[in-house]
Amino acid sequence: MNEWTVGTVRRVAGPVVETTCTGDAQMLELVYVGDHRLIGEIVRIRQHTAWVQVYEDTTGLRPGAPVYGSGEPLSVELGPGLIGAIYDGVQRPLDTLRKKAGDFISRGIDAPALDRQRKWHFVPALKARCPVTGGMVLGHVRETDAILHKVMAPPTIAGDLYMIAEEGDYRVEEIIATVHNHGHPVELPLFHQWPVRKSRPHAGHLHLARPLITGQRVIDTLFPVARGGVVVVPGGFGTGKTMIQHALAKWCDADIVVYIGCGERGNEMTEVLTEFPKLIDPRTERPLMDRTILIANTSNMPVAAREASIYTGITIAEYFRDMGYDVAVMADSTSRWAEALRELSGRMEEMPAEEGFPAYLPTRLAEFYERAGMVKTLAGDEASITTIGAVSPPGGDFSEPVTRQTKRFIRTFWALDKQLANSRHYPAINWLDSYSEYVDDIAEWWDATAKGEWKARRAAILSIMQREAKLERVVKLVGADVLPDSQRVVLEAAAMFKNAFLQQNSYDKMDAFCSAEKQSKMLEIILTYFDLVSEAINRGALLADFSKIEVVRDIMQMKFECGNEDAAKLDAILAKLKASVQERQHAHA
Amino acid sequence: MLTPNQTDNALLDRREYIGVDEVAGPILAISGIHNVGYNELIEIVDAGENVRLGMTLDVSEGAAVAQVFEGTSGLRPGATRVRFRGEPLTIAVAPEILGRAFDGLGRPIDNCPPPAGAFRDVNGLPVNPTARDYPRKFIQTGISAIDGMNTLVRGQKLPIFSGSGLPHRQIVAQITRQAKIVGEDRPFAVVFAGMGIKHDEAMYYLRNFEESGAMERVVAFLSLADAPSVERLITPRAALTAAEYLAFDLGMHVLVVLTDMTNYCEALREISTQRQEIPSRKGYPGYLYSDLASIYERAGMIIGREGSITQVPVVSMPNDDISHPVPDLSGYITEGQIVLERDLDQRGIYPPIAGLPSLSRLMKDGIGPGMTREDHAHLASQLFAAYAQVKRIRALASVIGEEELPELDRKYLAFGEAFEGQYLSQAQDEDRSIAQTLDLGWRVLSTLPREELHRITEEEIRKFYGK
Repeated sequence: MNEWTVGTVRRVAGPVVETTCTGDAQMLELVYVGDHRLIGEIVRIRQHTAWVQVYEDTTGLRPGAPVYGSGEPLSVELGPGLIGAIYDGVQRPLDTLRKKAGDFISRGIDAPALDRQRKWHFVPALKARCPVTGGMVLGHVRETDAILHKVMAPPTIAGDLYMIAEEGDYRVEEIIATVHNHGHPVELPLFHQWPVRKSRPHAGHLHLARPLITGQRVIDTLFPVARGGVVVVPGGFGTGKTMIQHALAKWCDADIVVYIGCGERGNEMTEVLTEFPKLIDPRTERPLMDRTILIANTSNMPVAAREASIYTGITIAEYFRDMGYDVAVMADSTSRWAEALRELSGRMEEMPAEEGFPAYLPTRLAEFYERAGMVKTLAGDEASITTIGAVSPPGGDFSEPVTRQTKRFIRTFWALDKQLANSRHYPAINWLDSYSEYVDDIAEWWDATAKGEWKARRAAILSIMQREAKLERVVKLVGADVLPDSQRVVLEAAAMFKNAFLQQNSYDKMDAFCSAEKQSKMLEIILTYFDLVSEAINRGALLADFSKIEVVRDIMQMKFECGNEDAAKLDAILAKLKASVQERQHAHA
Repeated sequence: MLTPNQTDNALLDRREYIGVDEVAGPILAISGIHNVGYNELIEIVDAGENVRLGMTLDVSEGAAVAQVFEGTSGLRPGATRVRFRGEPLTIAVAPEILGRAFDGLGRPIDNCPPPAGAFRDVNGLPVNPTARDYPRKFIQTGISAIDGMNTLVRGQKLPIFSGSGLPHRQIVAQITRQAKIVGEDRPFAVVFAGMGIKHDEAMYYLRNFEESGAMERVVAFLSLADAPSVERLITPRAALTAAEYLAFDLGMHVLVVLTDMTNYCEALREISTQRQEIPSRKGYPGYLYSDLASIYERAGMIIGREGSITQVPVVSMPNDDISHPVPDLSGYITEGQIVLERDLDQRGIYPPIAGLPSLSRLMKDGIGPGMTREDHAHLASQLFAAYAQVKRIRALASVIGEEELPELDRKYLAFGEAFEGQYLSQAQDEDRSIAQTLDLGWRVLSTLPREELHRITEEEIRKFYGK
């Protein structure tokens, strides 16, 4: 291997190791520490001393142990074989590690991220002698039934294509093209490497105009996210952050999902691993695992690798974006990543800012979230990365540094609420504290789906919920009985909206995913109920006349009983609602 | 075969260094040493030839900082000798550990010789997420509030959030006595780690194990309140090492009781402060989350291995504050929490398990047809929703008085009384089967009009409502 000794260990205290270093050591260079060859990264150099952040447990490491340099920054391997894989924070394939070392992750084991033996059927897309620039598609590999893997020239390449392999089966390390780059021949295998801390280049940002449909009503209808947008989901424990992230990973209409389990529970990753291969993606009819890549650095795995895991994840996402795909990245949880940053910073004896977090926390957060976006790729396609980051604020307090700093760099905020979670109202997204700044950007798309009414209806229902919150304060003091019917109907409609619309059961077959069309119909029905009943009350009817009408039960159950394609059934409920309100009114008169 | 480096180590490990530079609380600073590894075991021999154990926390060329588990009282810097063992702290495991009691560092305290078996590193290794088996097997604890509403499954970590004076002791004892898998007659082995608890509290548990005839399948690790606090940093790890051995080597189903995790965290804070680390919330170190995770994540099951580790840690909430860093971070790692409520306790309800903040995250996969009963999920969800409504109405009733409430609201209050008085409440030796718990749930729910039950299907109403 291409490496040499760059120094020796001088001091060990946790995951940061102080070493001597020769002049060859570079900032952010990947190094191997000690006889176990623990993977590490140089994070600071001062004269002849380097600080190495070690991605494995440093127990037993001794001063005097050698440090081997690699001359390369910490990188990920990008090529066929990523889909369906599960990696740790530094892209070691966990299933291969298990085959090599057993059920527990021991130290110093390593395996290439991409299977070196597996052969892929490569179909060239270019002919020899043509000019090649970075990001250009050289050929294709059918990676899964759903995903056509475009084999691209690495972004830094430019020159003439000297040779391209014929159609056939190749291993990832085999050369499939040779490019004359400024007179030097460069051989390109089926995969290439890219440093995780550097964003992959693209040809420019584009306007965000389409929503990412998640099938979750409270999200799509009230607080939507655009493709290429960024969302943060803060919530105390037990409020369902992971449930939302899982629901999105299952149902959002992205082409590729990169799920980063960053310092979270091992069983949650197991759940994804056991559940996703069995779930069928409604759009491609293929198992969900066929579009999913998992990065699992659970809470008991080394803390430094947790810091690296979100970069590993987003770099893989960028690679698929460069192929022209819409990618969704779920990072659960960025607070654990920030805590890893804090721990490493503390070990390097840096000056802390708020609550012990380093002063560069906002810079790092911005760097991460800015890698999302809708872009024109180097190959000329439109593609996007949508990032959904969970935050775990201590004590559920949103004023803590990670939540507060993250809010500066995101445009959709889904505030999870302990009270809602306690009464088992899921998803526990609070409709008063949450917001989406993408509403205007995507209104055109939605209005086309909901016959020009989406934005207006959304505003109408939010105003009902707002009025309900105000009335609720009065109710808490004097009870609902004293309110006039014209106000009680607001409470009634709000309760209906909460039960029939906002609450969504992600374990119910019918309810887990709700199409945009069904959502807009459901909202129309609830608003119609409110409008008709309010109108009737204004004309002298009593609320009590309407609360027991049979159609109310149908409305409450419509999420479970009407299929996503079943517009007729919802139309029937709407017609029934209009008829029965009218009937009651006549009866009253 | 030994590599040259290992041979060197073997020779060096016998070397003894005389004198330490600094003693501060449980922390020692030693210099003039050579070839010492991070996180390795050391032996400290005082003037009276007593050997104490310690561990290196920071090693550099020629110097090291170490913590001494048994405290530093009586150490004379000049007359203290230090030996480096060149290995992390280990405990011996063998089938004979069942029925035995050990101190916080895994040394026998029952006047029997140490177990003759393999030595295991107490720190363990992280389980590869791809090797984990997802927990789905329902554990019947016989306590309705847990089985019906916050179901425990095999391989879960479900802590009890308690406060001073609340009966977590009785609940834990009841769980360890009654826990079983329906249809299996193999009882759970129990690994008990007592950290910083009082002597009589530890005795309560041990007597309980003895009375229920469970003692021969209990392993106890006791680091009681009068033991040096640093020892507690090892106690849960030693206990979990024993549990992993029983579960994954011997194929037993193990229930691990860790009490009290807040005392453990206090010890961690003490050491962190002594080392002058930058504190985060309430003086606890910034790595408290990772440290707790390294304990809690040692629960679970492994594909292809027969045994399992289920953890029931006790976390006391200082001042009943659930947002205190210890319960807060625990809640982020564990798969739910059983929260005890002082108000229920004061009203004489046992077990005082709070209806709303308690949660079991793995419940959804451990209940339903074939595991408990087909109506379980909807019933639990409806009980939660109705009880949340009760809480709202009670708040209103305390302002305007119960008489002013509409009839429906009064029905909810009656439901609340029945729920707390009949469903939650039970005797300490009452072992309810899951069918009894569910039927009882329907009985209290039937005090509400059926139109109020939005979370239950028509079919379930027909089958169970009012029966």
